[in-house]
Amino acid sequence: MEGSRRDFLKLAGLSALGLGAAPVLASASKAAAQTFGDDAKALKGTHWAMVVDVSKCQDDCQDCIAACHEGHNVPTLPPEKKRNEIKWIWHEEFENAFPEQPIAYLPEKLKGKPFEVLCNHCDNPPCVRVCPTKATFKREEDGIVLMDFHRCIGCRFCMAACPYGSRSFNWFDPRLYLAKTNSAFPTRAKGVVEKCNFCSEQLAIGNLPLCVRACKNEALVFGDLNDPNSAVRKILRERATIRRKPELGTGPNVFYVI
Amino acid sequence: MLEKAIFGSKKFYAWMTFLGLLITIGMAAYLYQLYHGLGTTGMSRDVSWGLYIAQLTFLVGVAASAVMLVLPYYLHHYKDFGRIVILGEFLAIPTLIMCMTFVLVDLGKPFRLLNIFRYPTPGSVLFWDVVALNGYLILNLVIGWITLQCERQGTAPPQWIRPLIYVSIPWAVSIHTVTAFLYAGLPGRGYWLTAIMAPRFLSSAFAAGPSLLIILALFVRRFTNFDPGARAIQTLAKIVTYAIIINIFFFFLEVFTVFYSQIPSHMLHFQYLFFGLHGHATYVPFMWASLLMGLAAVVVLLYQNVHPNEKVLVVGCVLVFAATWIDKGLGMMNGGFVPSPLEHVTEYVPTVPEILIAVGIYAIGLTTLTALYKIAISVKEELRA
Repeated sequence: MEGSRRDFLKLAGLSALGLGAAPVLASASKAAAQTFGDDAKALKGTHWAMVVDVSKCQDDCQDCIAACHEGHNVPTLPPEKKRNEIKWIWHEEFENAFPEQPIAYLPEKLKGKPFEVLCNHCDNPPCVRVCPTKATFKREEDGIVLMDFHRCIGCRFCMAACPYGSRSFNWFDPRLYLAKTNSAFPTRAKGVVEKCNFCSEQLAIGNLPLCVRACKNEALVFGDLNDPNSAVRKILRERATIRRKPELGTGPNVFYVI
Repeated sequence: MLEKAIFGSKKFYAWMTFLGLLITIGMAAYLYQLYHGLGTTGMSRDVSWGLYIAQLTFLVGVAASAVMLVLPYYLHHYKDFGRIVILGEFLAIPTLIMCMTFVLVDLGKPFRLLNIFRYPTPGSVLFWDVVALNGYLILNLVIGWITLQCERQGTAPPQWIRPLIYVSIPWAVSIHTVTAFLYAGLPGRGYWLTAIMAPRFLSSAFAAGPSLLIILALFVRRFTNFDPGARAIQTLAKIVTYAIIINIFFFFLEVFTVFYSQIPSHMLHFQYLFFGLHGHATYVPFMWASLLMGLAAVVVLLYQNVHPNEKVLVVGCVLVFAATWIDKGLGMMNGGFVPSPLEHVTEYVPTVPEILIAVGIYAIGLTTLTALYKIAISVKEELRA
């Protein structure tokens, strides 16, 4: 009896080792190839940023939002669940996007004007600072603030820390509220936080972000701040821009031409 | 000693069964939340923490207040506390268990809780809060249990317990300081972004915790053969009186800075809580009740200190407990999150499942408290007999 039990354990141990070790070894040898996308085509930057030219934005247009939310499987919750909604990019009026810098006698053209707001991919992100598991992190090579949906424990400390309201939590199973699913991007489970990822999955295959491509008026411009010839640097050279809550020292990387 | 927590009178069994029922209901509500998601609570995109994290905040304070017995007894050899110091330590244990359960039920992915230790992140205050709370729980378990056991056997506590007791004193301060740091270091949340957050937390803790201890001590004297001692209770009353006065003083320091500076991002939260904002005023009556009860408590407690009377003292303690519970249990989250950083007002009201879960957790705490107090008091009764 004792012998047979020991034999069984030995056998079980060996087979577990065999089953477990083979894929690990195989994946270790191919580690470099595991990065998503096409390394030859990928858009490479060292400090991605966006410029929003509000004057070019059409009031009744939702193209950028639709493109982003469809592409990233962001659910549309029914109106009675509005307080639980998930937003990666959305519209706010000037006074809500910039509550701490009100403009006295706001020009007529800016009244009720939609301002696209999204994650600012801060230089010094408070959300990354507070995360207890490093589930949200700032990617070193290009500065994008990303989420690991599989590591997030759903404590929502990042939501309390973000001064831009850019983070959403999956209060429900988001798959219940997806009209259609884009199989090229993961859906999320209930209980994790998500937000704009500056389309890291698009950059990896050589595309500009979905919102930028969706805008027919070219109101959204994306580029590398460290490249003096980039599209964003060109605008920053010519136009005065403002950023949201720069006084907090977060170093936001979304600029607004108003 | 553990057997003393299991056998008891009919009243004891009835009480434990009642608590067991509340725990079962709470667990059923939690399964419902687990299945459908945290959308079953009143929390939202804008108010992303609610009742659960508020209770964590409040109860950390109650736990920390054990130090108000430990410090005078062990550092200043204040003998009157010798008999009840165990009541403080045994109050800290269930409150810490409640704290950690409240964190657990607040998680979107509770099964990933151990990721906090798999990927330890010293830059995150939450990581330190988990470390501090667990450490304080272990300290109180070990110190309380060993000293009680030695008392029972009529031996002196072992030498190695001394350093643990000394460590537990600053540790008590640390648990509430670290909990305050969860909030006080976040940019863009004007209500929380204040250096007086930790001092306010500590002062309200040292008012709320000892006032609960006084009520418990009086209850124990009435229903058991163990007398915690009238002098010990009056000394605790002095501690509560000082702490609630300091707490209200700190509150007015904050109010001065906020309203004299007139910085909107700091003022709006106070306006929402005490006067309402854009027609939203759910918490206005609660906040005024809290403030008035706090002020009334000062009057009652000062009177009681001049004319000691335990009935009056109980009134004072209930007022202190209610005032500080509203301040932290309701005001802390709602004030911090409303208005949002984009100055939208989304109000938060807890839902029925959410309240049932919270009640269930309080029942877990009371079950543990009853068991521990029963052990401690049985030992004390045994020694007297």
